[in-house]
Amino acid sequence: MRAVVVLLPGLNRDRDMIAALRTITGHEPLTLWQTDTQLPARTDLVVIPGGFSFGDYLRCGAIGARMPVMRAVAEAARRGVRVLGVCNGFQILLEAGLLPGALMRNASLNFVCKTVRLQVVNADTAFTRGYRPGQVIDCPVAHHDGNYFADAGTLARLHDANRIVLRYAEGTNPNGSTDDIAGIVNSEGNVLGLMPHPENRIEPAHGGTDGRALFESALGLVSA
Amino acid sequence: MINARITVTLKTGVLDPQGKAIGGALAALGFAGVAGVRQGKVFDVTLDHDDRARAAAELADMCEKLLANTVIEDYAVEID
Repeated sequence: MRAVVVLLPGLNRDRDMIAALRTITGHEPLTLWQTDTQLPARTDLVVIPGGFSFGDYLRCGAIGARMPVMRAVAEAARRGVRVLGVCNGFQILLEAGLLPGALMRNASLNFVCKTVRLQVVNADTAFTRGYRPGQVIDCPVAHHDGNYFADAGTLARLHDANRIVLRYAEGTNPNGSTDDIAGIVNSEGNVLGLMPHPENRIEPAHGGTDGRALFESALGLVSA
Repeated sequence: MINARITVTLKTGVLDPQGKAIGGALAALGFAGVAGVRQGKVFDVTLDHDDRARAAAELADMCEKLLANTVIEDYAVEID
């Protein structure tokens, strides 16, 4: 499968993401710049990494979401191409309207940088089928704006359609996120956004490999 | 030229931890009786034409498409 990493000025986890994809697939992922208007042919997975695109000006992800490259990403998502947004990438997917809701300042007002426990609430998605339902994994977080918010109707829809894919395990919510939400998918199941950084948990040197199955799932490397 | 001021505020019911912290800081400075603070943003936008009807439509469109995140924010447009 062909993975493509979106690059925007101010992202800073792009090298980690590229390294993770290289380690898992054995080859270099392609990259896209903000001004690109077309995805490479046969793109299977688009990844938007974390960081602080455009300095978090206006709102986190607001400017990045409106760059030309995101129109190509949205169009690909409509065709069913898998799209993964991590941290600032999740914020960008929300600002681009590819996922519902918003990410607000952490309830503590502090930047949080630590390892949290995540529960795989829905292991029946293209991104999580490498996990067991209900499996609890370790994953790092590093963000200032990870406090997920959506109106009651949206939350009910997410819940009813099992679109809340990842939750902070009980007692570990680092940001005040509604319903402990750490990651959600779109209604078609091909767009996932999450605040934690699975790309920083894929080899023993990271202290664990719990994030690896997310990429293996998204890249079609685990059997359905 | 048209000058406009756009005010973006959090919708009622959306938690505002920053406003809460600002309220706490006001209390720490000795301002008693502050029952609540909600913070927001102000944009002063200058348009290069004088068509007020067109300006109203353009400014609302700018708010919807970029300046406000209508999931969590309301906006108000004042045209001078």
